[in-house]
Amino acid sequence: MNTKNIMIVGVGGQGSLLASKALGCLLLSEGLDVKVSEVHGMSQRGGSVVTYVRYGPSVASPVIDVGQADYIVSFELLEAARWLGYLAPDGLIVTNTQRIDPMPVITGAAGYPSELAAKLASSGAKVDAFDALAPAERAGSSKAVNIVLLGRLSKYLEFAETAWYGALDQCVPARFIDMNREAFRLGRA
Amino acid sequence: MASSYPGTPSTEITESLAEYDGIYAEWAPNEKVALETAFGASFAGRRAFCGMKHVGLNVAADPLFTISYTGVNAGLVIAVADDPGMHSSQNEQDSRHYAVAAKLPMLEPADSSECLEFAKYAYELSERFDTPVMLRMCTRIAHSRSVVETGERAEPPVSEYVKRAEKYVMMPGNARLRHPEVERRMAELGRLADDTFLNRIETGDRRLGIITSGTAYQYAREVFGGDASILKLGLVNPLPGKLILDFAASVERLAVIEELDPVIENHCKRLGLRVEGKSIFPAVGEFSQNLVASVLGRPAPSGRTFGEPIPARPPVMCAGCPHRGVFFTLARAKVAVIGDIGCYTLGASPPLHAMDSTVCMGASVSGLHGWSRALGRDGERRAVAVIGDSTFMHSGVTGLINMAYNGSGSTVIILDNSITGMTGHQQNPTTGYNIKGEPAGKIDLETLCRSVGIRRVSVVDPYDLAQCERTLREELDSEEPSVIISRRPCALLKYVKPKPPLVVGRDKCKKCKACMKLGCPAVSMRDEGASVDPTLCVGCGVCVQLCKFDAIERVDGSAEA
Repeated sequence: MNTKNIMIVGVGGQGSLLASKALGCLLLSEGLDVKVSEVHGMSQRGGSVVTYVRYGPSVASPVIDVGQADYIVSFELLEAARWLGYLAPDGLIVTNTQRIDPMPVITGAAGYPSELAAKLASSGAKVDAFDALAPAERAGSSKAVNIVLLGRLSKYLEFAETAWYGALDQCVPARFIDMNREAFRLGRA
Repeated sequence: MASSYPGTPSTEITESLAEYDGIYAEWAPNEKVALETAFGASFAGRRAFCGMKHVGLNVAADPLFTISYTGVNAGLVIAVADDPGMHSSQNEQDSRHYAVAAKLPMLEPADSSECLEFAKYAYELSERFDTPVMLRMCTRIAHSRSVVETGERAEPPVSEYVKRAEKYVMMPGNARLRHPEVERRMAELGRLADDTFLNRIETGDRRLGIITSGTAYQYAREVFGGDASILKLGLVNPLPGKLILDFAASVERLAVIEELDPVIENHCKRLGLRVEGKSIFPAVGEFSQNLVASVLGRPAPSGRTFGEPIPARPPVMCAGCPHRGVFFTLARAKVAVIGDIGCYTLGASPPLHAMDSTVCMGASVSGLHGWSRALGRDGERRAVAVIGDSTFMHSGVTGLINMAYNGSGSTVIILDNSITGMTGHQQNPTTGYNIKGEPAGKIDLETLCRSVGIRRVSVVDPYDLAQCERTLREELDSEEPSVIISRRPCALLKYVKPKPPLVVGRDKCKKCKACMKLGCPAVSMRDEGASVDPTLCVGCGVCVQLCKFDAIERVDGSAEA
């Protein structure tokens, strides 16, 4: 098994750090070498954020580079397009179809590209685009988009469902666990 | 014990230490105080720690250079985290120069596991060689998580305090005797560098030899595996001599892979080696596996392109950020804004553009005084300094003292959001809580400003634009030095309960875009008119005050803020 690469991309404040933490917990519990790399501080304030998760028998670099991501899990459609270059030739994009306007779009300096999901697919990339916000709200909070997406990703990975729930239990505060389990279940359904 | 000031990407070290029983950890007001405190603890006989970001080391440089002379009693380790690529920093300085200049040993781990191993060994080195030891990290080490085998905690004995003025009182006569000790120590550490486990050779293909350290080592390993021989340096000051010469002799081509400055490379050149480094690698920004591969002639994958421009997504002040009202007021008043370091540096971004300079912690207040002295009364009337509560405690208050003492009629705005925001919500001397969230001493900003001689101190609510504008005008018109405290807690604090999101009355919105001038991420202009994103809006009501048509409403239908 070679090193596998998963990128989690989104907008600062969408909860990508929790998603990467839960993913890291899962991979560790599977006995794999894992590196999770993220950036805090300035770029977190509503900016484009990216977390790299790498796992395998022995992982060297903490980051994923252009053309290397087996999976890109995107919390927002424009961010999926932004990081498209990082996708490996046969990689898969799992993306929320939610739209969050960046400041240049808000100020009118730039336009939000139309038909993003179709354009992503026409680049030749495999794309699983779906609305993660509605199931998150059904689970109890729009903030649970991160765990809905993790549930969706879990369909493509080889790990047992129980192991994912175990990882959630480790990473999520006890009072939110039921909501997050439900968000995961809806994402995986 | 541990004393630090928060700074990305070093903050979490001290936050984690505070979670351990039996370790005393605290936030100090700045890095100089933190390092002096840590030194005091070491001097008294307890192992001590101080952590900071690279620019924090500039603040702590004064004690750093002299505690190199005094040495330690119990072990003292100083962690410093560089930020190549400037993810959250104002410059890209390379902290290794400090270790060289202050003549201190510096260790550089390459993953989480080495962080633990090296930190532990750093204390041994500190006590064995009677020296503070530096631990250098970068963003990709500090903010990556990897597998660690934890060990059993060992309780080091307290070193008894013995008065030794000749070692610790650094007046010239004593310091002259200590400097040769420092040189002797570094020579001894130089010999250790040749055969310490911190430095190791991973023998592979001998046609290419790579000397590297830290995260750059991981990129080299990723690209080459066994297809090159690698000398991985864990002790980056002092650098080994014989080890490098022997390694160089064993390979055909020699390259140094190091982010930022050519510290290892220059050392190799002084050893007389022919080596490639910054002639092929950049001195700016972060490296990556693809960069290392392409520079050294290995294949690097390319990726798909999207085929049309993708709008940038720069960081912005959050929806409901209390700083926004102040920056809107400043932008409207068209005054020069001498800025500082914190979330509020984002006031520089469009559409507000309300910042004219940002240099370093505290530079707003002192910089404004210089501006005022240079331009006189006219200048005083058209500029302000903005500085956060934590940054003001860090080094703004000394500038304010200068302003009061040397008497410029400048206006300083303290953005008091009751937390150290940018680094992720750390307590500070103005919040009334310590690092564990327990009640602690609370510095009263109004009293502090008045006590240094500022008579005009006012407090405004940044959600109240009319009050902000009126107060700003009054203080700019006053010839006396003044402080405006803009007070409202950070909208992301857990105890700050958001109000229901605002809604736009469809038929009322005339698409005049007045609300767009705030640069609030929750407000956007769609074909049908202004739109408020209910997942982002916290109901602060600042936009309501800009709408001439009362189109932005609370869910109960009122247009009141």
